[in-house]
Order: sequence, then C-alpha cells, then structure tokens
Amino acid sequence: MGANAFAKLPHIGESLKRKEDVRFLTGVGNYTDDVDQANQKYAYFVRSPHAHARVKGVDTAEAAKMPGVAAIYIGKDIEGKMGGLPCGWLISNPDGSPMKEPMHPILAIGKVRYVGDHVAMVVADTLEQARNAAEAVQVDYEELAPVIDMKKAKDGPALHDEAPDNHCYKWTLGDKAAVDAAFAGAAHVSKLDLVNNRLIPNAIEPRAANASYNRATDEYVLYVANQNPHVERLLLTAFVLQLPEHKVRVIAPDVGGGFGSKIFLYAEDVAVTWAAKQLNCAVKWTAERGESFVSDAHGRDHITHAEMAMDSEGKFLAMRVHTDANLGAYLSTFASSVPTILYGTLLAGQYTAPQIYVEVDGWFTSTAPVDAYRGAGRPEATYVVERLVTRCAWDLGLSQDEIRKRNFITSFPYQTPVALQYDIGDYHACMNQAQQLADVAGFAARRAASEARGLKRGMGYSSYIEACGLAPSNIAGALGARAGLFEAGEVRVHPTGSVTVFTGSHSHGQGHETTFAQLVAARLGLSPDQVDIVHGDTGRVPFGMGTYGSRSLSVGGTAIMKALDKIEAKAKKIAAHLMEASDADIEFAGGEFTVKGTDKKIPFAQVALTAYVPHNYPLDKLEPGLNETAFYDPVNFTFPAGTYICEVEVDPQTGVVRVDRFTAVDDFGVIINPMIVEGQVHGGLVQGIGQALLEHGVYDPDSGQLLTGSYMDYAMPRAANFPEFKLGHVCTPCTHNPIGSKGCGEAGAIGSPPAVINAVLDALKPLGVTDIDMPATPHRVWQAIQNAQA
Amino acid sequence: MQVELKVNGKPVSADVPPNTLLVQLLREHLRLTGTHVGCDTAQCGACTVMADGRAIKSCNVLALQMQGADITTVEGLAQADGTLHPVQAAFKECHGLQCGFCTPGMVMSTVDLLAHHPQASEAEIRHLLEGNLCRCTGYQNIVKAVQTAQKAMAA
Repeated sequence: MGANAFAKLPHIGESLKRKEDVRFLTGVGNYTDDVDQANQKYAYFVRSPHAHARVKGVDTAEAAKMPGVAAIYIGKDIEGKMGGLPCGWLISNPDGSPMKEPMHPILAIGKVRYVGDHVAMVVADTLEQARNAAEAVQVDYEELAPVIDMKKAKDGPALHDEAPDNHCYKWTLGDKAAVDAAFAGAAHVSKLDLVNNRLIPNAIEPRAANASYNRATDEYVLYVANQNPHVERLLLTAFVLQLPEHKVRVIAPDVGGGFGSKIFLYAEDVAVTWAAKQLNCAVKWTAERGESFVSDAHGRDHITHAEMAMDSEGKFLAMRVHTDANLGAYLSTFASSVPTILYGTLLAGQYTAPQIYVEVDGWFTSTAPVDAYRGAGRPEATYVVERLVTRCAWDLGLSQDEIRKRNFITSFPYQTPVALQYDIGDYHACMNQAQQLADVAGFAARRAASEARGLKRGMGYSSYIEACGLAPSNIAGALGARAGLFEAGEVRVHPTGSVTVFTGSHSHGQGHETTFAQLVAARLGLSPDQVDIVHGDTGRVPFGMGTYGSRSLSVGGTAIMKALDKIEAKAKKIAAHLMEASDADIEFAGGEFTVKGTDKKIPFAQVALTAYVPHNYPLDKLEPGLNETAFYDPVNFTFPAGTYICEVEVDPQTGVVRVDRFTAVDDFGVIINPMIVEGQVHGGLVQGIGQALLEHGVYDPDSGQLLTGSYMDYAMPRAANFPEFKLGHVCTPCTHNPIGSKGCGEAGAIGSPPAVINAVLDALKPLGVTDIDMPATPHRVWQAIQNAQA
Repeated sequence: MQVELKVNGKPVSADVPPNTLLVQLLREHLRLTGTHVGCDTAQCGACTVMADGRAIKSCNVLALQMQGADITTVEGLAQADGTLHPVQAAFKECHGLQCGFCTPGMVMSTVDLLAHHPQASEAEIRHLLEGNLCRCTGYQNIVKAVQTAQKAMAA
C-alpha cells in the first residue's frame, strides 16, 4: 500500500481523543516510582561535590553501622567486575584514528570529573536510612582545577589520562579545497560567531530505576524510566554487566517525558541491577530534582564560527563552519554522534549551497555529560544556518524571506554536499503559508503601533530542515554507529478479531497507543477501540530500538505496516479457502474480504476466528493462527521541514522580550492524528523558545559548580511566557515509507530558536544591536542596547 | 504519630513518623500514586492536591499539619461510575496532556483556579498556572482545557 492510498483510509487524519488519557487523568498511570517490588530496599548515591578531584579514600565504616544499611558500594567494589558505560557511536579523526574513549565507571574509580559524579551507592531498608547513611560516608578528596570553558580545555588540566589535551576528536565533513576556492571568488562573505547554550532536559518525571533479582531462575527485572528498553538491556547486559541478555527483562512503563535524556544507559540503572543480585532483593532509586539537574545528560553547548560565500545576487556559493562541542566529563551513550553526524549533515538547510565544509572539535570538560536533547544536533545546525542566512540578508540589504526564496532547493531528490539526499519537500509552499498565517503584510502597522508605545517590534524567520527516522542501518554503520537502527513490530490478531500490537517504539507522551491503533484499525477495518498497543517491555515486545529522533511512526509504524501486510496476505488465503475462490481473486477493504466480480464476502473477524478454530482450513498449505512480526530498516532518513515566523516586542527600557506572535508551518508528510501532531509542535516550540529566551545551564567557571541546579535558578518555560501559536501544514508525503510520514516530535524545538533571535535582532536593529546570544534574557538584551548606544 | 484526616471522602488514620510529608502519606502509606513528585521543592506542582478547598503542594507540607483536613487527590475527582470531572474531561477533549506526569497536579490546580477565578481570562489563566510546570504540551492545550472546563462548569 502506498502513502496516497493509506492517507485515504478511515481514521487517518482523524483527531481521535487519546486512549491513554483516562488512566493519566484519574491517577492510575504507572510510572517507575509508582512500582514497588517484593523485598525492596532503597538506594541513595553519594555524589561528588567537586568538579574535578582525586578520590584518595572513601571511609564507609561509620555509615555501614547505621540503622537499616544493607550495603555501601564504592569504586573498588566494582572495579574489574563490570565494564564502564559504553558510547554507541565511534567518531574518527581526519587521520583515521579513533576518538578518545576513556572509561566511564559506574562508581568513581580514582577521580571524580564533574559535580554530581557518582562516588558511592548506599542501600538501606528505607530511603531515609539510605540518605542518612550517605551523609555519613567520608570521602577524602584532593581537589584539582576544573575544566569548564572548552575554549581553554586544550591547556587545562587533563581530566583523563587518555586525552591529555581534553580533546576527544576532530571531525570534518565536506570538500575543504572546493569551499576555500568558492570563498576566494565570492562577491560577498557574511560571518557569524554564535553560542548554542547548554540546556538541562528537565522531564518532569525524574529518572528512576527499580531492579529485582530472582535466584530461582537467575533472572532480573529492571523497571526504568527509559525511551528504549531493548537498547538499555543490550548495553546493560552485553557491555557493562556481561549478563545473558535473555536473563534481564527491562520494563519502561509509563514514562513522564524523555526529550532524549532517557535514551541513555546511566550508572544508576547499572548499579541497582548489579546490587539486586548481590543483596538478593529489589533495589529502588528515584532521582531527586537536584540529582536530575547535575546528573541527567545535558544538551547543546556549542561555540561556532560560520561563514557564507555568496555571489552578487545573494546566491549561496559555499559555507564554512567550525564548531567546538562540549561533550562533558565522559562520553554518554550517543554523545559523540550529536555534534557530528546529526549536526554537520544538516548544514545545507533548505538551500542549494553547492559546497559546505564543517570541522568539529569535541572537548571533555568537568561538566555533566552532554548528549541528545530534543532535536539532537539538528537544532544546533538549524541555529547556525538560519542565523547566518538572516545575517546574509541584512548584509546584502535583502529581506529575510527574499534571501531564503532565492536559495531554496526546488528540485527533488536533492543531493546535499554534506552526505544527505532529501527525497521530497516544498519549501516555497511552507514559506508562503507561514507568511499568510503570520500576517506579514500587517507587520509594518503593528511595528508602528509598538513604536508609539515606546516598544521595539521585530520579525524573525527560520526555514528549518531536519533528518528523522534514524536510519538506514548500513549507512549509520558506515558512519560509526555501533547499533542497527531498524524497528520491530508484532501484530497479534486474537480469535475474536481484536488485535494487540507489540511495538519496539516507546511512548513517553507521544500518544502511540492512539496513533498506532488508528493505523492498525485503518488497515484492518476495525474500530481503534479494538486495537491495543503494547510497548516498553522486553518481556513482551519482540525487539525494539526505541523512540528518539522522531522515528516512531516512520520507522516503528512502518514495521507495523509490514506486519499488517503479512497478516493481510495470510488472511486472504484463509478467506479464499472459506469462499472457495482463488487467492488471487480476494480483495480486502473496509474490514471485508470479497471475491472479485462476485457478491461473496466475509468479515475480518470470521477469518480471524477460522485461523484459531481451523475446522474448515487449508491445514496442508497454511499454519493456523494469525500473528505476524516484521522488522523494518528504512532506506533513507525522512526530511520534515518548514518555515517559522516569530514576532517579538522588546521593551528597550527593561530588555524584556515578549513573544507576541509565533507561526509554524511544517511539512511532516502524511499525518495520522492532527491533534497529537499539533501537541508535539506546541511542546517543541516552547522548548525552543525557552532555549532562546529563558533556559541556560551555567557552571561557575572557577569552581565548576552548577549554578542553575534548581527551578529557582534554571528558568523553565511557564504558561504565561507564550502567546497562542498559529500552526499550518504542508504535505509532501515521504517517498520511501508506506505511511508517507516524516516525523514531528522535534521540529518545534529545531525551528524556533533562530526565529526568535532573528526577531529580537530585527527589533533591536534600529538601536544598533547586531548580535546577541541565547538566552536573550532581559539583562542581556538591556546590556546589548547599552553597549550599542555607548 | 497518629494523623487523622479525610482523603477522597474516606476517613484515614495512620501512624507516621513526624517528618512524613503529605505526599509520602498519600503515595507510600495509602498507595495513591496519582499524586506525583517532580521537584521536591514546591516548584513544579506535580504534587498538587486539594486540602479543605484550596490547592496545596503536598511535597511541601507535613502529614501532621493536615490533622483533620479534607484532602482530595486526583483519584478522588471522577464519579464512582467513572464519569470524569469536567476538568478531567476537558483535558482529554483538548489534548491537555501528553506524558501525563504533571497532569494530576495540573488538573488539581485547575479545579482550584476555576473555583476561585471562575471568570479568568486567557491571560489570567496563564498567570494562574505559574505554579505548575509542564515540559510536554507547551501549555497551549492546557489553557484551552481550562477554558473548556470553565464553560462546562458555568453551564
């Protein structure tokens, strides 16, 4: 079935209310911290108060005598008994040598390298006992100078012996000589220095893990707040604990938001699993918010210089980019791929620049590990491209839309100079619709009205593209991925015709239980109520690579489509037998099997029942049952794209920026549930606008303390920070999956930051301000105005 | 120490250590796990419950302070036959929740908001929700849910 036929099926494009909502609204969701297991103890972690220190000794004697304490584990207890946390993506230097990959121990061995690094785990009968004992653990630290500023990391004290200059890798992409030649002959060159600010993910559910061990069967059960339980299990068993994979069941039940931060295998997950066997009990740990701040993998944190070469008409000739990327103290699960493969390959944006060269230096610093956060590399790329493109426009005296329109790609498939091949898109259509919805024509009048009130109004554009649906495994493998990136789905038709689907995708807010049920119901002619979706349990789902990179529908959904193809093929044979017709003459639509050219028909439920009660059945040719599994590995990425227009009003007296209007037009291909898709966009926009105006993870440059370690210090977006967003959609169906879907989970966070900052700069242009970094807080804006006026 | 109070209409008597938080009483002693802990510091609002008709953050109050109080948690909002409270129904109708973790607190805050500010404008609703963080929805559909419930409850 092709995307166009699929899009016409019932329930496709229907804003069905979510099936999961009633349990969440009535308080019977089941999150990891809601789970208690038999014979359960509690873990509490002793964390480093220092950004960089030698651990000279850990004295647990007093703590171990405290009430309820079952065990206290430190680095030497685990040294040699388990591996470190692995990194899933190998990046190589231009000379072919591999990145530096120092050991990431489960509990500190010899040194601590960031505030929050895990030093010891206390297990006790109650959480309070564990916390009290943790306070009594005496750690003798020899403080060392931290490495906070990555621009100075090269000359700082070495965090790891393996990387004496704190340099993890250099990565390049593109033809440097061709780019240099294009720059040499260019009529105009625009340049920009920018910072992509560090973000702290802050899913409202803190990370949590609860592991138990069964001596009788030598099996473990780990409940964990995680986005990809099979990947968690694979990394945990094969790389760290060397356990047989089939002896560990990982359950990621209801998960309270992920945004990337729950993709990764964390030390706490490993430690509680290991301790469950040592102590023959269940061990439960739930992060406090303060622990989440210091120990969840952070996002972004790039410093970039970018240049664009243009001809006299503002056509892009070549782009040159250098980025320093902060990787934190250790390599988290996908840390190495985010500022490289997921970043450099997106630098073409929606434009036809024929040559691009990008160079990235990855640095170790005494800060929490940095890894994928909503968008993962693509927001960083979009911020560079879209800030630079607007700068090009202003340098040439062009409007922000004009420079974009002059350079849009219009012919597909399009091979970029940075490895990706875009299959389809319509960038002019997104731009045109966004301009209409944003009432660009009325901007001048609105600006004059603001001016009359002493306020500066500005408009900012961003025409983003992203690559979703990770990925063709063979291409990812060639680029250094140490895992496949397919997805699995199982469709189990029950004798009475209802269906349970087991998917390797994981929903932590995305509404898969509804969207996937619509997909299956559409294909089989059922009501979505007759379809249940099971996810997040390695004991029930055949396999899965999980949910990140907006891959669930395009990859996970396609795996279900492939399983449905098999269901349909087998069901047709059963129907042919029942109606005494040839297999080739059976047609299936609207939940009924018919014989071509006759009025014979039987419903799907009758075929299902026959498959399980095979009294009248071609047993010589066909097995009973109706249960099929499919694995799907995509042939290409998908390429959602769109144009966002932001309008801000700035008070030059206070520096306060108010987002007055925000318009987002996206092309996600075929949409199954518009209500859910729009909800994803709203959430992404708030995270992206939050990055642009509010959020900033800041470490003290001297002490290495996290200065933004609570909700008092880290500005989380709140309801009053935003206007009502205007959304629009363009649909060019993805050409290489049968749903035509591209992915919608991250677009808002990818496209919005440059739109906001371009708007702020547009507003401040009359005051002489030419540059500002995120977050554009009142203080920064006010300071920029003062500096420009000085 | 003994604490006696009413939770979701039923009398509760529990012997708890004096430092027990209300949220611990609800989640651990009564196994009412719909009330969530998102920050421990009374900022995210996931732990919001109603106490004697006012929304409070249950992570920031001792169980013993609630001696004799009438507590309603998210589990106590719907009718016995499963009919959702108008606020719950509006959140479903408007897609005012995604991961569901902040939702119980959001719903309880909305019950309080509409009880005390039945005529709140959109701008006022956005300000009145400042004690509740949501990382998924971007708040737009939460605001719509509050407005929808506002209309339903006024009718």
